Amino acid sequence: MTLTATSSAGAPAKGRSLWDDARDRLLANRAAVASIIVLLTIGLISVFGPILSAHHYDTVYRDYVKVPASLEAYPKPEQVEPGFMSSAKRARLTVETFEREGDTIVAKVTSSRDIDPRAVLYFDRSDLFKNTELTDMSADNKSATVRADINFMHFYFGTDANGRDMMTRTFIAGRVSLTIGLLATFVAISIGVLYGATSGYLGGRVDQMMMRVVDILYSLPFIFFVIMLVVFFGRNFILMFIAVGAVEWLDMARIVRGQTLTIKRQEYVQAAEALGVADGGIVRRHIIPNTLGPVVVYMTLLVPKVILLESFLSFLGLGIQEPMTSWGVLISEGARNLQGAPWMLIFPSIFLTSTLFALNFIGDGLRDALDPKDR
Amino acid sequence: MTSETKKTVLSIKDLKVDFETATGTINAVQGVDIHVQAGETVAIVGESGSGKSQTMMAAMGLLASNGRTRGEVIYEGRNILGLPVGKLNKIRGAKITMIFQEPMTSLDPLYTIGRQLAEPMVVHGGLSWKAAKAKALDLLKLVNIPEPERKINAYPYEMSGGQRQRVMIAMSLANDPDVLIADEPTTALDVTTQAQILDLLADLQKRLGMAVIFITHDLGIVRRIADRVYVMKTGEVVENGDTGQIFNRPAHPYTRMLLDAEPTGHKLPVPDSAPVLLEAQKVAVEFELDSGFLKPRHVLRAVDNISFSLRKGQTLGIVGESGSGKSTLGRAVLNLLPAGGRVVFHGQQITGKSRAEMRALRKDMQLIFQDPFGSLSPRMTVGQIISEGLMVHEPSLSGRQRDERACQALEEVSLDPAMRNRYPHEFSGGQRQRIAIARTMVLKPELVVLDEPTSALDRTIQKQVVELLRDLQKAHGLTYLFISHDLAVVRAISDTVMVMQRGKVVEAGTADAIFEAPKCDYTKELIGAAMLTQQQMMETA
Repeated sequence: MTLTATSSAGAPAKGRSLWDDARDRLLANRAAVASIIVLLTIGLISVFGPILSAHHYDTVYRDYVKVPASLEAYPKPEQVEPGFMSSAKRARLTVETFEREGDTIVAKVTSSRDIDPRAVLYFDRSDLFKNTELTDMSADNKSATVRADINFMHFYFGTDANGRDMMTRTFIAGRVSLTIGLLATFVAISIGVLYGATSGYLGGRVDQMMMRVVDILYSLPFIFFVIMLVVFFGRNFILMFIAVGAVEWLDMARIVRGQTLTIKRQEYVQAAEALGVADGGIVRRHIIPNTLGPVVVYMTLLVPKVILLESFLSFLGLGIQEPMTSWGVLISEGARNLQGAPWMLIFPSIFLTSTLFALNFIGDGLRDALDPKDR
Repeated sequence: MTSETKKTVLSIKDLKVDFETATGTINAVQGVDIHVQAGETVAIVGESGSGKSQTMMAAMGLLASNGRTRGEVIYEGRNILGLPVGKLNKIRGAKITMIFQEPMTSLDPLYTIGRQLAEPMVVHGGLSWKAAKAKALDLLKLVNIPEPERKINAYPYEMSGGQRQRVMIAMSLANDPDVLIADEPTTALDVTTQAQILDLLADLQKRLGMAVIFITHDLGIVRRIADRVYVMKTGEVVENGDTGQIFNRPAHPYTRMLLDAEPTGHKLPVPDSAPVLLEAQKVAVEFELDSGFLKPRHVLRAVDNISFSLRKGQTLGIVGESGSGKSTLGRAVLNLLPAGGRVVFHGQQITGKSRAEMRALRKDMQLIFQDPFGSLSPRMTVGQIISEGLMVHEPSLSGRQRDERACQALEEVSLDPAMRNRYPHEFSGGQRQRIAIARTMVLKPELVVLDEPTSALDRTIQKQVVELLRDLQKAHGLTYLFISHDLAVVRAISDTVMVMQRGKVVEAGTADAIFEAPKCDYTKELIGAAMLTQQQMMETA
């Protein structure tokens, strides 16, 4: 029974499609909207974070191996003097007086031999100091004053076992994980939708053949398949798409085929047949657009699945190669260092889980938006 | 209202129903007063969208979650509107029961009829399974199900639509209800079955003395069974009174319009000199049922050697109950199904042509479907739907030319071309059927097979669609194959009529000959079931 809406007095030329309705319902869903915002934030951080960050993702800071996450700048006050002493020792200088004046260190140094002006490099090479200069060189070249600026750096997420900034690495890993998640999903969905719709629409023997191929591919163990690929082609990024895409489209093909079987009995498909529309046109214009509801929902659930698969592969050492990294790799490293350096696990995990949560909420929201129960 | 001696069992006072939707509040029911006395049949009449079902659904607390109600529903001196579900369930389903339009989907396909009848008696009535089964059997006998002992163990799919509706009625009678609300219980049924169900309801009422509230859009039914009538329009009762009074002296113009909605008029005959457009010779369609590996081949002859010929501009009406093979015949003629025999269109034999070969011919032979909700793709705009055929058959047209043709087609079916960017779900049933007609007309076909094009529509809309189809036929010299179970519509539109039963033609002739002087018993029965109501209406008109 249809109801006459009192509000539809004026006749707008543009119609509200089912998609418009779905969008409105999605935007009314608070969890979904919050998730979209979270996901967008994570996406933006992953894209622009590494560019804006003060550190490069593969820069190694030898003096800051496994330093904990902190909002304060490094070096910490108590680190400055030992750091200076060890640099001075390396430069074969004896420190007579050590004074800190704000962000500069002023120290009188002596040496048994002539002081080489290049000794400043020993200080600059350390991650703690910069702009070191030698002044007040004595006449015998045996004593001088060293002035060095403290090189303040922030490691908000701490550093890893090689002394690389975890924050930048987490961001760059987000790029990799999200790219793999989205691209592999896109690949899987494109293949799956086309394959499933074709199989379901053509039906009969063709359908039987096509679905048996799917069954055979299903029976291949995923890990075995990936190991084979790695053995033959070596490890690389594109391989991940192929491996994940090649496995994940199977589910999609089955879902879409099932949908297609019901849709092709619909009268609008019969009407198109009676109009003389060719098979390709029917699949493209009538079947695929009407399967997209479940497909979109499945897509939001597939992205996290793919990200987890990639993490799993990386965890096994079959995924991304150093120094490039992904959330899976970071988490696997973090898990190994859980005892001494929990921040290595915590931060990438927060990003991964919030992405997964967000995608799942969006998926739920889309499912409610696309097939509402009472309409 | 008439006799205060009888007790009022249910009264609805100033009931309002609002629906909160994304596009604003919809006032579906705007202050309705309805009361019903014991042993009385009250009909609520109106077109779809008039709020007649929502009124009763609201009274029973069955609204969708976004519905809000105000007002009073008094049963046994108590306001039951807005009662918590637990308390409401003691009344609804036991003392006030409902039967619905769709007997096909109201029964659970996984349980036997007996079990579905007995379960509420065991759960709510505290009977043992054995006693409940015995009572279920009594109920089945009460509603005149043939072979009740066997049918009690049958599954819903083994029963026909009419039998399922009887089961639904039996179910609603299980707890001796005071009020039975029947929401379009016969709309989905064939005319003969419809007549039987109405007789059954009248008979049961006489025997059990309950009150019946009958919701329908079919005035024929109202005339036949109701004591009093409420006419509803856009959520308000515009007129109420005794059935005789409403039918003989309708006061409100809307009531008059409803009464006047029977499709009328005749089609002018086509001269014999007109060329033969379509000729069917011994068309036969067979479906293989359950042919398993070891099972014997069982063949259903859906269409059994049917021959006819159609001249240009003629309309052939095909009449029959559901399952008589009339739709199958329509599709076989268009070569949408593999069929035996010979179909000659424009001097060309089309049976046995492949889909690719048929494609060029499809432009000239079109099909319009029964369900205007199912036959339009929900994800395409109206403009896209209408111009799709042009993309196939006139690929040389530019996008703009296609758009112009779509606009013309929309104007031809009296729809505003500005609406072509909207989606089908924004239109009413009648408008959708117009869109479906525009989709075929844009190709300027010669033959149109109309498969029950008016069955899913209200009477008033039916009349408009029939008039539209007649106008289009006159303007373009179209030839129609008109399939319907609705005899009034067929009579208004056809030159010749074929009556089908179980895949065979039982009678054929000119429309007047068939309707004035039916020869075959089956035809008489069909006309009897349908015309009984119409004759009465003719008298009143």
